[in-house]
Amino acid sequence: MSRILWILAVLLSHWRRHPMQLATLLIGLISATALWSGVQALNQQARSSYDRAAAAFGGARTAVLVSRNGATFSQQLFVDLRRAGWPVSPVLEGRVQIEGRSFRLLGVDPVTLPSEVGNAPAIGRAGLQSFVTPPGEMLVSPETLSSLGVAEGTSPQANGSILPPLRVQAQLVPDLLVVDIGIAQQLLKMPGQVSRLLIGKTKGTRTPLENVAGDKLRLIEPDAETDLARLTDSFHLNLTAFGLLSFFVGLFIVNSAIGLAFEQRLPMLRTLRACGVSARLLNTVLLVELISLALVAGIVGLVCGYLIAAALLPDVAASLRGLYGAQIPGQLTLKPEWWAAGLVISVLGALAAATASLLKAVRLPLLAAAQPYAWQQAQHRWLILQSAVALAVFAAAAALLWYGDSLLSGFAVLAGLLLGAALGLPAVLELMLSLGQRRAHHALAIWFWADSRQQLSGLSLALMALLLALAVNVGVGTMVESFSRTFISWLDGRLAADVYINAADDAQAVDIKTWLRDRPEVDAILPGGRAETQIDGAPVEIFGLADHATYRDRWPLLQSADRAWIRLRAGDTGFISEQLARRMKLAVGDQIEVPAPGGNWTLEVVGIYADYGNPKGQIAVNFAALTRRFPGIPLTRMGLRVAPAAVPALISALQDKFALDSRNLVDQATLKAESTRIFNRTFAVTAALNAFTLGVAGVALLTSLLTLSNSRLPQLAPLWAIGITRRRLAAIELLKTLSVALITTLLALPLGLLVAWCLLAVVNVKAFGWRLPFHVFPLQLLELLGVAMAAALIAALLPVLRLARMQPAALVKIFANER
Amino acid sequence: MSGKSPISRRAFAGGALALALSHQNALAQGFAGLGMSGSGFAPVVPGKTFVFPADHGPHPQFRIEWWYVTANLRDSTGTAYGAQWTLFRQATVPGAQQEGWANQQIWMGHVAVTRADTHRYSETFARGGIGQAGVEAKPFQAWIDSWEMRGSDQMRDAMLAPLELKASGADFAYTLRLDADRPLVLQGDAGYSRKSERGQASYYFSQPYFEVSGSITIDDKPTGVTGKAWMDREWSSQPLAADQTGWDWFSLHLDSGDKLMLFRLRQTDGNSYCSGNWISRDGKSEQLSSTDITMTPKAQAEIAGRKLPITWDIAIPSHALTIECSPLNARCWMGTSFPYWEGPISFKGSHTGLGYLEMTGY
Repeated sequence: MSRILWILAVLLSHWRRHPMQLATLLIGLISATALWSGVQALNQQARSSYDRAAAAFGGARTAVLVSRNGATFSQQLFVDLRRAGWPVSPVLEGRVQIEGRSFRLLGVDPVTLPSEVGNAPAIGRAGLQSFVTPPGEMLVSPETLSSLGVAEGTSPQANGSILPPLRVQAQLVPDLLVVDIGIAQQLLKMPGQVSRLLIGKTKGTRTPLENVAGDKLRLIEPDAETDLARLTDSFHLNLTAFGLLSFFVGLFIVNSAIGLAFEQRLPMLRTLRACGVSARLLNTVLLVELISLALVAGIVGLVCGYLIAAALLPDVAASLRGLYGAQIPGQLTLKPEWWAAGLVISVLGALAAATASLLKAVRLPLLAAAQPYAWQQAQHRWLILQSAVALAVFAAAAALLWYGDSLLSGFAVLAGLLLGAALGLPAVLELMLSLGQRRAHHALAIWFWADSRQQLSGLSLALMALLLALAVNVGVGTMVESFSRTFISWLDGRLAADVYINAADDAQAVDIKTWLRDRPEVDAILPGGRAETQIDGAPVEIFGLADHATYRDRWPLLQSADRAWIRLRAGDTGFISEQLARRMKLAVGDQIEVPAPGGNWTLEVVGIYADYGNPKGQIAVNFAALTRRFPGIPLTRMGLRVAPAAVPALISALQDKFALDSRNLVDQATLKAESTRIFNRTFAVTAALNAFTLGVAGVALLTSLLTLSNSRLPQLAPLWAIGITRRRLAAIELLKTLSVALITTLLALPLGLLVAWCLLAVVNVKAFGWRLPFHVFPLQLLELLGVAMAAALIAALLPVLRLARMQPAALVKIFANER
Repeated sequence: MSGKSPISRRAFAGGALALALSHQNALAQGFAGLGMSGSGFAPVVPGKTFVFPADHGPHPQFRIEWWYVTANLRDSTGTAYGAQWTLFRQATVPGAQQEGWANQQIWMGHVAVTRADTHRYSETFARGGIGQAGVEAKPFQAWIDSWEMRGSDQMRDAMLAPLELKASGADFAYTLRLDADRPLVLQGDAGYSRKSERGQASYYFSQPYFEVSGSITIDDKPTGVTGKAWMDREWSSQPLAADQTGWDWFSLHLDSGDKLMLFRLRQTDGNSYCSGNWISRDGKSEQLSSTDITMTPKAQAEIAGRKLPITWDIAIPSHALTIECSPLNARCWMGTSFPYWEGPISFKGSHTGLGYLEMTGY
């Protein structure tokens, strides 16, 4: 045992003499662990809140039975199915208006509610008896309670009836009211009706569905309806990809630090072996050392990861809310698994990064002469092999791009592109530097190029990290900017009306319309409405467009048939959103069957429009046709065309007259500002992670240069000896670093644009269902170029300054000590 | 959910329905207690005249009620089985019966099959007023989900026979036909069954003479079975005293043709309240008092983390009965929302025979 400790002490003494190397190693491990586990923490937090909130009362994770046409059906079917052995539980859904605001009302039966849908225990807390016994209780989230501005226990009024007293239930989603199904039937005036039946997981003999319900009901498997889950999954995949990228960049640092440390310690290892330490023991101790370092770095990394996650959580939550309506609590809660996984990933990462060095130590020949830079020389032999691998990876990426059809394959294309480029980078740099060398005539210039090449292998990992970070930055920056530009011009067309109103009920809507007709500043009242249905198990919105020039002139269509707007009037045609078109593989001229209360509604697709940010598919039809086919929809929505100058006065008049709050009465400018704000927050996380990655790459460059600077003294000392000043030497060093960084950056720019194209045309289409036009933003590219060069400059400055100020004695010593 | 709450046989489940539903422990302690006052519900008083078929149906003015069948069965190879079919009713609030979802009845069903090597059970809940569960007196029908007990066209009200009994769980099912040739038997004192010295009581009658034939399916393998069954009908508003912690209950088919019902209500002070009825072959029911009965728990076994007495010695000197009871399967644990032990037993000694044992509150 004491022998192991002694060996460990000898090995560790290296770090004492090279604290910078130790710092490099730890920084690499810490940043790898921190970013990876930070992203994992965010994902974990978001997923656990989906489980709690989004799946409330069988949201999307439970199999359900619905009627063929999407309408409500008799609860007798529920009883019949129960008696036929089906573990079903009824749900009635509707909307109620409280103080002018619309809320989703869910009626559930707590007695049959399957335990796996989750929220039954909470009802238990509120008390089953008081929940089911009239007047019952209405469960709301704390947010809803505070937005209503009332105390728990009060009974709000809605549609002229008194609602059950409110009871807070933390797991619920905001704007959702949960009551007993019997009470919901009363409030919604739908006695004996249910919207759907949740199917529990209890096994047992069941009579076939058709024998019980004929063709009245349709089974939706849990997977079919998890649109929200699928979409948020793509968001999390996005985050994970970033986490993974940062992790790898961090490992690059670790790899270079460990590689260097092992090379420098080879003489020490050989001496230990010569002193009688067995290869096995030596390797064990090396492993112990590495794992201990990885654990220490892992713990620090986890703490940093926690801080990163906590800092990013508000933005992630805002993105998920803005994009998908998913609610994430703002307080980070982490499971023990997260801590364990973080440590494991740190250790595994360190082991992976050290594999090559450890293998070399295993095979260390006892009597071989010390070759401190053999590692770097071997890199040269690797160059050809590495380039071949790079080409293979590119080919695989191209094949995936051609044949792949999933989000994962989209990300695989991206990964292939980045990996291939990184692997190919040293060869490309080598090529360019040797070209430069051939063109040089002056002796010092030739030395400059040759030495740059010689230095390349030591720097290549750091340069690869820089390349990746820059390319991803360019890619993501271009995507966000393209999206932003497209989104804003799209929003301009889409928000065609000047004022939007959502009346409390149909009667109030009629009053408002009557009142508005007498107002001279109102040019047009555009009634609107939407219905919800399901096509192939996925939720789809049907959106009614008034037949008005406003839409014809401004509503943007991506593709359309001839006279599309005129044909829309007939009521047998519709425009479909891009998402829906892609998902259902529909083109202009195809037909789509829409389940409607009176039987299927067949629509011919005469146009496809962009509908950014909507997780659901959407169909736009003529408003009059919509009200004919969905007679039950509320006619409370309308848009107004008003001269912009008259908007504020009209809004305050409407507020006074009809007591509409800001959610139900909003002008175009506010709505646009709100949408843009949500949009910007959506990409705030991406931007932050982007910056982190670039920062890590900068650290990688710095640490590589620092570790190289000492070992390069033997190359520089002779130059100094032949009369080149330290200042000049330092300037040459700086120039060299900057020139390889510049070449790398210049390579990163086209690669980044390729990444952006991949994101816009492949990943976005798979993840969100829309494709964005591709724009190049030269200013943004220049800015990044500047940032990269500044990072390289800062990274190179410290070692260069050290060289410039080095005591001549130190340089002289090189000759004395050089082996 | 433990011996700490005052829980009684069968009653426990009925009285604690709402607690059971709230998925463990969530509701206030008081709700579980059958010791809670029955205010607003009809009281149980001596001297009731039972009327059939009306009393086969529910008595919603009382808080709790159950229809409880246990059967001791054998297949053609002699393998022994047990089967249980139980429907509990509980009213959440007293008062006139409301229509639809507003109905204040909650129903709970428990079914089980037992063999020496396995015990399977299932549980379900329903609300009254909508048809998912209920009991009708004429024609007699008791059901919850797909489990049902139905009187045939020839059902004789005084015998509550013949009946068809049907139930299924995830990995078992049974269909049994129950017939009897003797009338129902009133338990306790002419159907008034005292549960403590302080007046807690229930209305209670039984049909202990059922002859059974039918089929039990375990793991998709159906087996023809025959044997004997026993039905208990009981309702009350407050059957338990506050200090009563649990219940040991026996229904025994003596090979002599006599039947014996015994129960022991355990109290927090370590004492217990015993009672029972000796039902002779000819249908005469004689109430046994606490002093007539000795019930001694013998071997303990640890089941589901609790210690339970699985063998018992029973002595009734007035009938020269001294028997030793042992279970067909010691692990007859009903891991339902309100867990308890219920399973088939056999006994030997001065008398031999089969029966069912229920133990709650351990």
